[in-house]
Amino acid sequence: MKALVAVKRVIDYNVKIRVKADKTGVETANVKMSMNPFDEIAVEEALRLREAGIVTEVIAVSLGVAQCQETIRTALAMGADRGVLVQTDAELQPLAVAKLLKAVIQQENPEIVIIGKQAIDDDCNQTGQMLSALLGWPQATFASKIKISDGHAEVTREVDGGLETVSIKLPAVVTTDLRLNEPRYASLPNIMKAKKKPITTTTPEGLGVDVTPRLTVLKVEEPPKRQGGHKVGSVAELVDKLKTEARVI
Amino acid sequence: MVALVVAEHDNSALKPATLNAVAAAKEIAGADIDVLVAGKDCRAVTEAAGKIAGVRRVLLADDGAYEHGLAENIAPLVVKLAENYSHLLAPATTSGKNLMPRVAALLDMMQISDISAVVSPDTFVRPIYAGNALQTVQSQDPIKVITVRGTAFPPVESTGGSAAIELVPPTGAAGLSEFLRAELSKSERPELTSARVIISGGRGMQSGDNFHLLEKVADKLGAAVGASRAAVDAGFVPNDYQVGQTGKIVAPELYIAVGISGAIQHLAGMKDSKVIVAINKDEEAPIFQIADYGLVGDLFKILPELADELERRQ
Repeated sequence: MKALVAVKRVIDYNVKIRVKADKTGVETANVKMSMNPFDEIAVEEALRLREAGIVTEVIAVSLGVAQCQETIRTALAMGADRGVLVQTDAELQPLAVAKLLKAVIQQENPEIVIIGKQAIDDDCNQTGQMLSALLGWPQATFASKIKISDGHAEVTREVDGGLETVSIKLPAVVTTDLRLNEPRYASLPNIMKAKKKPITTTTPEGLGVDVTPRLTVLKVEEPPKRQGGHKVGSVAELVDKLKTEARVI
Repeated sequence: MVALVVAEHDNSALKPATLNAVAAAKEIAGADIDVLVAGKDCRAVTEAAGKIAGVRRVLLADDGAYEHGLAENIAPLVVKLAENYSHLLAPATTSGKNLMPRVAALLDMMQISDISAVVSPDTFVRPIYAGNALQTVQSQDPIKVITVRGTAFPPVESTGGSAAIELVPPTGAAGLSEFLRAELSKSERPELTSARVIISGGRGMQSGDNFHLLEKVADKLGAAVGASRAAVDAGFVPNDYQVGQTGKIVAPELYIAVGISGAIQHLAGMKDSKVIVAINKDEEAPIFQIADYGLVGDLFKILPELADELERRQ
């Protein structure tokens, strides 16, 4: 069976972001971009399923500007077999992304779709759930373990109180949590090999999907700064301050 | 403006996060708030929901299909009820985050995730980039599907209301998914997301065993125990302890960070706490920049001393 992974190009998680002075967004010019860390985990999981003989082909899909091709190349260098780029300069919100992925999925017919639980830029945590809804498929979000057998996936999910395990019928969408696996680094030979792997390019128009944003971003601002930095000299002084100054204990 | 809040519960008790979601709904819809309880044999939850101050009506959908909160089963129910509402809200907990985008997509609406303020009934503030920026968005959709950051909305009173309870017909099981089992952490301590005091440990704790030093202090303060992602990744404690961008978002009265350096991802989960205390041996640790009270030193000496001092002054 085929596995499809979606990979998003985001500002690298190590970069300290800066809000633009005109409040229209976050500075992205000359900023290091990388694959969303949760999507790396998705790629890794798909590769492990292929290595276990369960999955036969791993397709990496990215949506957005032309440079998303680099994100797909990263997935290919990790070991994915081929890529699909849905290229557009338009702003894509999760509902539109889910519709575009649905259109790609209807062409590719994967039996399992694995994507990150959230992107570390907009922190939306929506796309996987929306995609499975649009496809009429089951969903297993926040996965920390995936076991596939007999047309089902047994998925352990990270929930607020601990862990929960569900069984879902394939085809299905799984979203990844941090502890699912530790993604591999691409080796130099694999990076070279990835350059020859095929990437097909399409567009929202080509897929017949209206991607008009439903949310208008009115402004983006910096959060209020916290005034910290006071030090105390001893445990007794700390307890004293908490009791008499802060009055929280 | 009429809002429906999806209650969070475990069939026997209403989870406090529901009260924060109702608080957000109140800012949007005033008195016109209904609460949906979907579960199995959840009479007690329904009664608790009916007592929430400011709730007009409680809708009860009681069916085996809803027992474990499977999104595939509950989403169609919420979608069926949606036409009567301008706003659908749920807490931004793992269950709300699991359910609501599915509801939104079935309705062809774009969800507004994790709101931290209501500007107007169609405009909301939400944190992005791990809380390092705040985005104000206006929704063009006729029904607003929203998840609510609990720490941003002080809970409404859990008593004082007397809402009417109405049964709604269940929509049945979708037959796509099945609950197998849960392994929930058992703890006598308060839940992280609703605790008044939290004490968290980071990589500096060095091992899971050393967390008992935190627990001793937690016992004195009636505190919940949390952890940084580094401590979770190192295997010291389970993931449900995790406070941060990808873990739980908390804002207690008092947050004590022990052996935590203060990575952006951790700060994202706790920087709205009222008072922050940092205990770390590295005086350059970034956590001190946001801490109201910093104590530089060896946590293995400081924690027992702190437990003793709290005991002495109780």
